Amino acid sequence: MSGVMTFLTRRRGGRFWHWTDIVSWLWLAGGLVIMFGPAVWLVGSSFKTPAQLAEFPPTILPYVSQQATVEGHDKPLTLYSVKLPDGSTKVLAELRRIGIVAQMVDPKAPDDIVKVNIANREPVREIGFATENYTEPFVHFEFLRYLRNSVFVTAMATLITLLTNSMAAFALSKYRFRGRDLTMLLIVGTLMVPLSVILVPLYSVVSAAGLLDSLWGVILPTVATPTGVFLLRQYMLTIPDELLDAARMDNASEWQIYWRIVLPLAAPALAVLAIFSVVWRWNDFLWPLVVLSRKELYTLQVGLNTYAGQLNVQWHFILAMTVVTMIPVVLVFVFLQRYITSGIAGTGLK
Amino acid sequence: MGRITLTNIDRAYGKMKILHDINLDVGDGEMLVLVGPSGCGKSTLLRLIAGLDRPTGGRIEIDGADVTDVSAAQRGLAMVFQSYALYPHMSVRQNLAFGLENVRMPKTEIDARIAEAARMLEIAPYLDRRPGQLSGGQKQRVAIGRAVVRNPTAFLLDEPLSNLDAELRISTRAELAALHKRLATTMIYVTHDQVEAMTLADRIVVMRSGRIEQVGRPLDLYNAPANLFVAGFIGAPRMNLLPVKVRSANGSQVHVEGPGGLSAVVSADGTALKPEDDATLGIRPHDIELSDGGKGAVSAKVTLAEALGPETVIHATIAGDNKLVAVLKRQDVEAQDAPISLTLPWERMHLFDAAGLRVASR
Repeated sequence: MSGVMTFLTRRRGGRFWHWTDIVSWLWLAGGLVIMFGPAVWLVGSSFKTPAQLAEFPPTILPYVSQQATVEGHDKPLTLYSVKLPDGSTKVLAELRRIGIVAQMVDPKAPDDIVKVNIANREPVREIGFATENYTEPFVHFEFLRYLRNSVFVTAMATLITLLTNSMAAFALSKYRFRGRDLTMLLIVGTLMVPLSVILVPLYSVVSAAGLLDSLWGVILPTVATPTGVFLLRQYMLTIPDELLDAARMDNASEWQIYWRIVLPLAAPALAVLAIFSVVWRWNDFLWPLVVLSRKELYTLQVGLNTYAGQLNVQWHFILAMTVVTMIPVVLVFVFLQRYITSGIAGTGLK
Repeated sequence: MGRITLTNIDRAYGKMKILHDINLDVGDGEMLVLVGPSGCGKSTLLRLIAGLDRPTGGRIEIDGADVTDVSAAQRGLAMVFQSYALYPHMSVRQNLAFGLENVRMPKTEIDARIAEAARMLEIAPYLDRRPGQLSGGQKQRVAIGRAVVRNPTAFLLDEPLSNLDAELRISTRAELAALHKRLATTMIYVTHDQVEAMTLADRIVVMRSGRIEQVGRPLDLYNAPANLFVAGFIGAPRMNLLPVKVRSANGSQVHVEGPGGLSAVVSADGTALKPEDDATLGIRPHDIELSDGGKGAVSAKVTLAEALGPETVIHATIAGDNKLVAVLKRQDVEAQDAPISLTLPWERMHLFDAAGLRVASR
């Protein structure tokens, strides 16, 4: 605990708080709330029942009403904290409600019925988790299938991305040929073309290739990323050519140079690209939505969309499944953030 | 066998010519040192021999076979790079094994060769370390070891000592010489350091601006430099070069006069020099002696005296702005206003004509 306090009150030095200490503290605290507030709220809300979600004002934590089994009643009754006419408060269980009057009993004396104005009672609540938000989609919806599709798409797309992009980057960084710089320029130039512009032609191509309604139709158009080629090329430029020359003297073929020298040495950049690719492919929504029309092929993000109907949005399921879909991305960031920061610092990319 | 023959080698990058008509014959088991200032094309020439680069003209032969269009891997040569170029993600053992695995050598043979090289170069304790965990000298040994295990026709070494500190450089130089003696394999060694060249070479090739200036045994180059460039490049401190005028020439002897009352008669067989021609007189710092006037003595003003112990290096000027460096085997010389008298022995002088070519021989 004292360690935490030391951390929180850490200053730049000197005997008193400098104004920069206060500004940076406020800045960081504000940043923490802005960055983590929505995430915490999301996770908290994902455990709320639909009724509680509709409540106003909203709460961060999920609550459930306390219930008690009272003698002579089969079902557990909801407990309320009641303000009695004599000014004291007491915890009573509600039997039924008629208009603005509630009939209540003391759980210890189940025979005396007390009539209470509903304005004078307040539910006794404790923190409780509506875990059915999570279990229901897994049991009754095809969530596991969506999860499997998403994992397949993400894994395959990332593997192919790494392989093709690193090959392109190798050629563009280590070989001299006519038109090399133009090729690089063209590849980087495609960064300026957003998906929405090429959506329709891309759809025609995928359709003509017979890849509509197939996971490969989701995977293949996304694997060649200009960002990836650029990132890897910039990194490979830093690998000294003498290493490649040494490998050539060592009887290595060009493939072996790529596979055994350049790829292992580009591992940090590959890790960065792998992380980016996983996050991109995992969070993809528009393109899978366009390509996939059979429900059993849906990826998670598209699957989530099915909880939002035209008339009824099942927020509790959406929130819970959003949390589930976030988990892999969060794990990636937790364990690989070292690579992410070094990659961003090294390439100036985001 | 490791005989390498270069015939009329040219190399140009676009319009820029890097190498001009190089002809060179490297004998089997020879240690040939390519030396020259940076940018003279010596490293390019080595890369051409290695096969990492192709000449724009000419032929390269190894043991009589034309390898001009053969890939680096097929030439059977091994190279030690200036930066060592060890594969940083592999252990020392894997570094040594990489080239052998690529030719599908049996595992037992690979292990035997690595063990032998490790013993010879004393790198056995580091075999399982990564290059990043080695000191400069250890990396250097591994780089040489990677070449040795290949059992190549010839070794190509590109400034292998330039990344080492001075002390280590001297000891590694000696080890390289010993290694060459033991392996008796052809070595082509590139350096810009003329001391390395002098100590290691069987023959030295002095290069400048893509041309070979002179080829010869180290002492031949030192004693009889073919031109002004070689004269200035070989030997440390560098040879003193003084502008002189020819007074008379009679076919076997040339009488020249220079600044500070310098007057000398240098033997030169069959020279084309005529009276009143401009020429350059060269004399090595170690050949200059302190004197008390007399024949051939010049009067010089000492501006700086560096006492090194066994000898004193003096920087002097004669007749105003002609600088002269002399190495005297005594300690009692100091910078002073009063001029001193220096003797330049005639028989140790080198004479170069206006084009910079040698005319006098000792």
